[in-house]
Amino acid sequence: MAAAAAAAAAAAEEEIAVKEPLDLIRLSLDERIYVKLRSDRELRGKLHAYDQHLNMILGDVEEIVTTVEIDDETYEEIVRTTKRTIPFLFVRGDGVILVSPPLRTA
Amino acid sequence: MLFFSYFKELVGKEVTVELKNDLAIRGTLHSVDQYLNIKLENTRVVDQDKYPHMLSVRNCFIRGSVVRYVLLPQDGVDIDILHDATRREARGG
Repeated sequence: MAAAAAAAAAAAEEEIAVKEPLDLIRLSLDERIYVKLRSDRELRGKLHAYDQHLNMILGDVEEIVTTVEIDDETYEEIVRTTKRTIPFLFVRGDGVILVSPPLRTA
Repeated sequence: MLFFSYFKELVGKEVTVELKNDLAIRGTLHSVDQYLNIKLENTRVVDQDKYPHMLSVRNCFIRGSVVRYVLLPQDGVDIDILHDATRREARGG
């Protein structure tokens, strides 16, 4: 009985332990995460699946694309952000720069 | 292997593949391989005005490495199954 409880506790411990970087992402499963991608793209969405390449499947995704244009006359930089929402999205891992778990207030 | 298996489940469904050069192609997923190369049938380019030279392309092979996103059908695969498969994969199984 006690051994079973200890084994269960050890399993739970293993579930929350962060030993390597990818463990942090495992803890974000089913949570909304922030992903920064190449070519000035950012995603916010619920993490449904990932692998060691950081290929991911996200749900209810908001994508923000930032573009900078140079004004022809004043040479001022005009920063534009384009938003779109995608219900269910596969992201190829080679474009990923960083993944940030949700902010924990507890 | 997770995503290879996942895409195999999606064969026959409509997906939109967005490439790293911003070209977006919608079509029926015909097949996929271990590199996540994708073959699409009945394809059409989402922004036809911008890419008129792609008008006559009806099916195509897409090299996995040029894919940025695949926009998936929502009724694809059970989300709980995805979570379990991801945890198994994370444990190295």
